[in-house]
Amino acid sequence: MPESDILVSARGLTKRFGDFTAVDGIDFQLRRGEAFGFLGPNGAGKSSTMRMLGCVSPPSSGELTILGLDPVADGSVIRARLGVVPQEDTLDVELTVRENLLIYGRYFGLPRQLIKERTARLLDFVQLSDRASDQVEPLSGGLKRRLTIARSLINEPDILLLDEPTTGLDPQARHVVWDRLFRLKRRGVTLILTTHYMDEAEQLCDRLVVMDHGKIAAEGSPRELIDAYSTREVLELRFDPSSHEQAAEKLAAVPAERMEVLADRILLYIPNGDGALASVHDLGLDPLTSLVRRSTLEDVFLRLTGRRLDD
Amino acid sequence: MAASGVLAVRELRFWLTDYRRTWRGTIYSSVINPMLYLGAMGVGLGTLVDKHGTAHLGGVSYLTFLAPGLLAAAAMQSGIGQCSYPILGSVKWNRNYQAAAASPLRPGDIFHGHQLFVTMRLLMNCGIFLAVMAAFGAVRSPAVIFALPAAMLTGLAFAAPVEAWAITQNSDRGFSVVFRFVMIPLFLFSGTFFPVTQLPAWLRPVAYATPLWHGVALCRGISLGTLTVGDAFLHTGYLVVVTVAGLVVGQRTYRRRLHA
Ligand SMILES: Nc1ncnc2c1ncn2[C@@H]1O[C@H](COP(=O)(O)OP(=O)(O)O)[C@@H](O)[C@H]1O
Ligand SMILES: [Mg+2]
Repeated sequence: MPESDILVSARGLTKRFGDFTAVDGIDFQLRRGEAFGFLGPNGAGKSSTMRMLGCVSPPSSGELTILGLDPVADGSVIRARLGVVPQEDTLDVELTVRENLLIYGRYFGLPRQLIKERTARLLDFVQLSDRASDQVEPLSGGLKRRLTIARSLINEPDILLLDEPTTGLDPQARHVVWDRLFRLKRRGVTLILTTHYMDEAEQLCDRLVVMDHGKIAAEGSPRELIDAYSTREVLELRFDPSSHEQAAEKLAAVPAERMEVLADRILLYIPNGDGALASVHDLGLDPLTSLVRRSTLEDVFLRLTGRRLDD
Repeated sequence: MAASGVLAVRELRFWLTDYRRTWRGTIYSSVINPMLYLGAMGVGLGTLVDKHGTAHLGGVSYLTFLAPGLLAAAAMQSGIGQCSYPILGSVKWNRNYQAAAASPLRPGDIFHGHQLFVTMRLLMNCGIFLAVMAAFGAVRSPAVIFALPAAMLTGLAFAAPVEAWAITQNSDRGFSVVFRFVMIPLFLFSGTFFPVTQLPAWLRPVAYATPLWHGVALCRGISLGTLTVGDAFLHTGYLVVVTVAGLVVGQRTYRRRLHA
């Protein structure tokens, strides 16, 4: 029986913890070969969603189909075909890098020889070959994350679930992880990832949903979302705190599609930033700094929720 | 899908790998502990007890009376010990349970896999205990070998329910309560050191209700050759029921915790 190209399908998917609704009736579909993202701030319900997708948390209501199967009745079969990178590492820090892959491979019932072959290949892929015999405990956060990614690939999964793959890593370690994930994507591995970094979502996701308070606020490719919910350019102005509010009032005269007054900055959404900056100067305003930049997903999020992603 | 047993064995293999780090220390204590107890209580105290006649003990030396009781008590301690801190550690600190739960293993497989490991450790501990008993001359016939499964069953009758409860815990506070208010009183008053008939009449039914009393009676009956068929069924049946209840309830508590 040929399997449909829809690998995951969710309708009205809901997760409640007692009276609290963490995931509030979300709909989405995942297609084979795509990189799909959940972008949202802390507490949006991303991990709760990922745990339902990982078949370690039964949905409270709604429909969920993964690889054509029911996650409650066939959880074990589905999990055999998933790779999971949880938000918090679950590595055995007292064992070595290699032993971690051995233990995990055994959970999937893989023969020792096969685990050995794949371990060599995967450690090479995440650039950990030289640490294979080292204990995990002293490894840096970035190396542990890469090991978790290698481990999640031991069963050659159909879908790879990554919950905040680079949260807590320094910028350099983050770029190494991005690079590896990008390579996986190029090989056609189907990815689902959550993040609260707009640059991560922009770089890695073919398609994403913006999530807030358990609900999906918008869906599309990064480009589509920016086109739909923001302007081509943004003018960021910073004023002396004492004149911040007065400036905001005066700026209303500048023909912008939208203005956001943040605590420390004022954002003007306009098609042409340089033109708008000229209008600002014409009004007699003298910002401490000004910056014209392209719109990002951060702007989309601000537009949709009125808040910033890292709030 | 792989059968339950196969999945539980995968979890067992995790624990075996884990045990490769710590086995030396555990072997040391499973040899030393019975030597200390049998030496101090069995031989030391026993010399005094035997001087005053051993009719209450069924006419055998105190050492011979005490040894199978200690065997059952040691199995209890091992069962409780293995199913308290290591379980909290697996779900809170080391998080190897979360790792296993993301694989094809189901919560029940993870639970039963650990119980298999506990069974294996009980086999080792109780086997070593019997060997030390024999070395102390506290063994009357080769039939004592049947006390090995009896002691293991006693250990499991504590291991399974304690583990079913331990997985619900978020801190180790409850454990010291169990150690102090369950394990130690049972150890002292379930017939290990003196026949339960020495207890005040009102306290005896309490002793009879505890799994340890049944374990002690079973191991002692086998070791002294005094066990009747009826008693054998009673004690074994009781311990099996408690163990199975623990295994069934634990499947639920594991699911609640690992599949929240
Ligand atoms: N097991 C749980 N019990 C109760 N509340 C929970 C549980 N897991 C998550 N929550 C709550 O659900 C909300 C969403 O959490 P989570 O899915 O972890 O969000 P995110 O991953 O987007 O930060 C949070 O308010 C969190 O406190
Ligand atoms: Mg999260």
